[in-house]
Amino acid sequence: MNDRITMQVARYLPEGDAELSYQEYEVPYPREWVVLDGLNYIKDRLDGSLSYRWSCRMGICGSCGMTVNGEPKLTCATFLADYAPGPVRIEPLQNFPVIRDLVVDTGDFMRKLTSVKPWLIREEEKPLSEGEHLQTPAELDQYKQYSMCINCMLCCAACPVYGLDSEFVGPAAIALAQRYNLDGRDQGSKLRLDVLSDHEGIWGCTFVGECSKVCPENVDPAGAIQRYKLTAAMDSLKSFLMPWRGS
Amino acid sequence: MSNHHDVLLVGGGGAGLRAAIEIAETNSHLSIAVVSKVYPMRSHTVSAEGGAAGVIRDDDSLDEHAYDTISGGDWLCDQDSVEMFVEEAPRELLRLEHSGCPWSREPDGQIAVRAFGGMKNKRTWFAADKTGFHMLHTLFQTSLKYKSVVRYDEWFVTKLLVDDGRVYGVVAIELMSGRIEAITAGAVILCTGGCGRVFPFTTNANIKNGDGMSLAYRAGAPLADMEFIQYHPTGLPFTGILITEATRAEGGYLINKNGDRYLQDYGLGKPEPKPVLRSMELGPRDRLSQAFVKEVEKGHAVDTDFGPVVHLDLRHLGEELINRKLPFVRELCLKYENIDPVTELIPVRPVVHYMMGGVHTDMNGATSLAGLYAAGEVACVSINGANRLGSNSLSEILVFGARAGRAAAEYASSHTDTSTAVLAQAADERNRLQQRFTRKRSGERIADLRDEMQKTMEQSAGIYRSGESLSQAADTLHELQDRFASVTIEDDSRTFNTERISALELAYMLDVAETIVNSALRREESRGAHQRTDFPARDDKRYLAHTLIHREPDGSCRVEYLPVTITRWPPAERIYGT
Ligand SMILES: Cc1cc2nc3c(=O)[nH]c(=O)nc-3n(C[C@H](O)[C@H](O)[C@H](O)COP(=O)(O)OP(=O)(O)OC[C@H]3O[C@@H](n4cnc5c(N)ncnc54)[C@H](O)[C@@H]3O)c2cc1C
Ligand code: SF4
Ligand code: FES
Repeated sequence: MNDRITMQVARYLPEGDAELSYQEYEVPYPREWVVLDGLNYIKDRLDGSLSYRWSCRMGICGSCGMTVNGEPKLTCATFLADYAPGPVRIEPLQNFPVIRDLVVDTGDFMRKLTSVKPWLIREEEKPLSEGEHLQTPAELDQYKQYSMCINCMLCCAACPVYGLDSEFVGPAAIALAQRYNLDGRDQGSKLRLDVLSDHEGIWGCTFVGECSKVCPENVDPAGAIQRYKLTAAMDSLKSFLMPWRGS
Repeated sequence: MSNHHDVLLVGGGGAGLRAAIEIAETNSHLSIAVVSKVYPMRSHTVSAEGGAAGVIRDDDSLDEHAYDTISGGDWLCDQDSVEMFVEEAPRELLRLEHSGCPWSREPDGQIAVRAFGGMKNKRTWFAADKTGFHMLHTLFQTSLKYKSVVRYDEWFVTKLLVDDGRVYGVVAIELMSGRIEAITAGAVILCTGGCGRVFPFTTNANIKNGDGMSLAYRAGAPLADMEFIQYHPTGLPFTGILITEATRAEGGYLINKNGDRYLQDYGLGKPEPKPVLRSMELGPRDRLSQAFVKEVEKGHAVDTDFGPVVHLDLRHLGEELINRKLPFVRELCLKYENIDPVTELIPVRPVVHYMMGGVHTDMNGATSLAGLYAAGEVACVSINGANRLGSNSLSEILVFGARAGRAAAEYASSHTDTSTAVLAQAADERNRLQQRFTRKRSGERIADLRDEMQKTMEQSAGIYRSGESLSQAADTLHELQDRFASVTIEDDSRTFNTERISALELAYMLDVAETIVNSALRREESRGAHQRTDFPARDDKRYLAHTLIHREPDGSCRVEYLPVTITRWPPAERIYGT
């Protein structure tokens, strides 16, 4: 039938299955339908037991990342018709443990995000009565790109190092650290550097660059990592050459 | 993780996170639980685009913000709450600036503000056109630094535990494991957001099912003004994705199929090339959505596969401005409509967007049940009256999130008693969930019942309503409640069982739909977003009052009215376009 496309959907139930299997469903694919609409069609009409996450259906909440024909994608921003005549294969995001069907465990990702202290750090709080911190549009542009991350985890799913090295904090967390480091109002970059230059924080990255290719928000985490490594290298060089400035 | 906390927040959107931060900062010894059915940064505050209102310019005043809000709300707002709200809003927005929110700036580095619908002055703070996204991520990231905030991510609340008129906690399902637990607390704040999914065509995310409204209603707290549903005039056809009012604030036109700026025919002023505040495209949302219906009746709309539309014209704004101030709008149009607003017209139609009503609270978020508070879109304070002004609710979630946080913290600090009765209730709830929501293939599909509910709501409780359509809807909804009892559930796994969650969400929505229809049926007048074809005029004698709807033990509803608080602005005619 040419008004239907076959979706091969990964299924996995921890209670029963030793490993992941695929189930095929035939779904309509009008021009407007995204991959997520296909999954919703399956859940609503064909098989209520399929599990996956979604919420906004407008590419902003970051819930619906999955692997579509091998690539990490936001399923609410990826059109089914682009995969015609099919079949199109839907799998959970790579590099994360699977909880069930298309749902992965995000606990490790959240811990890593938190570890870089992603909040504004000030030596001294400015009282509210003194009004706003001035920040020109050019100063805002310094960090704006890195503030656009929706935590969709596609970059981590695409990153070969993230999959192999459990210590590596990953592209999204480093971009988020940079978001604050480059914000003129922040004074916490030293604290973040301590976290990141430890262990495999940033050094794990081998510059594959896949993260920036798959990012739906053009955050360019690879660029963030590159800049960070430079800062970190300069920093350790400085403390080597000028030890009195180290602490 | 101990299952007892001082304050428990149901919801990790803007309101919930603001409350959590307030408590953590002012009462660092209190333990705070944030229970949310999605990770907090996925909450629907993330999708808000246009901005957040708060007076900062010298040529503006708190009184003007209050007046715009009150007249915009067709005099149904409680004016004492509005006065307090406009006063606290700028400070709350500034506080977010101090937490790092990337607000858009003037060339000299000061906060920039933009115009918004129904507002007489520029006072809407914005972060390009992803304001809600930046606010939510700033709040979430800030909340991460407080050790006293314990998160229950992806836990779904199914019940409030109440003993003798006092709330002691909740029962919730952990999605990942399927375990069902009581989480007790000194005070509970509902921050569960709105209920747009009760309708078929909405800007609201899949998670906006009126959960908190139903939880409170079932626990015995009344809901207020549920008949007031906001249709936003500019949604994309099919998806219902919002095209923010900021497009019109920056100078966009609404035109019909003849290319006319038709709003001039509906008492909204004269078309000028540049945007005029409180006029034409910057009129209030209720009036703009109503004008659309009239244009369709006149045959002036454009027919599409997804119903009639009008056009939003941004072409004259130019690529540079669109990229700088409305980049998300361009991205959404390109992605979902294959249209570039720089050179093409955007098809739009009214779409269900916001719930003015909600759990009835006072200015501190207190409900009629001791120990239970509500803040954000789930609550009705009421500052939004019969029609919310765009950009007031992002400020509302901050102001009232913080206030409810303080009040709940105080209550919890002075009420440390516990109840053993609620543990038995929790055991009953566990049984109910295990028995009713396990595999069962006898009945109808969840989606079929949901579709029928949504269709009923659109047909009977849309932009225009009548007594006849509403009574019919009340009957249909009653019948759907019965049919829901045997709904099919195919998934028998404990692990991440989203079908069970969908069924529970449908139950919440059916409750909310009933309260909307029954409140609308009894309000025999037209005010703001509630337009009755059989009672076309506003009737201040009978209905300058809030609707309070209670649930009776037999499941039926009882409606009463509560006078509106008027301080300085006596009811008058709403005038736009002058
Ligand atoms: C597309 C769009 C654009 C908007 N733009 C603007 C704008 O520009 N300006 C403006 O002022 N307003 C805007 N609004 C309105 C505004 O964004 C919302 O009113 C506001 O963000 C609601 O915030 P909240 O914290 O009350 O709820 P939400 O952010 O919706 O959060 C609700 C929380 O409750 C949790 N929850 C719900 N049910 C349960 C349950 N059963 N168990 C556990 N947790 C639960 C959810 O997980 C979530 O964390 C917009 C709304 C939409 C839809
Ligand atoms: S950096 Fe990009 S791909 Fe990675 S989580 Fe953020 S938005 Fe997603
Ligand atoms: S559902 Fe929100 S990003 Fe796809």
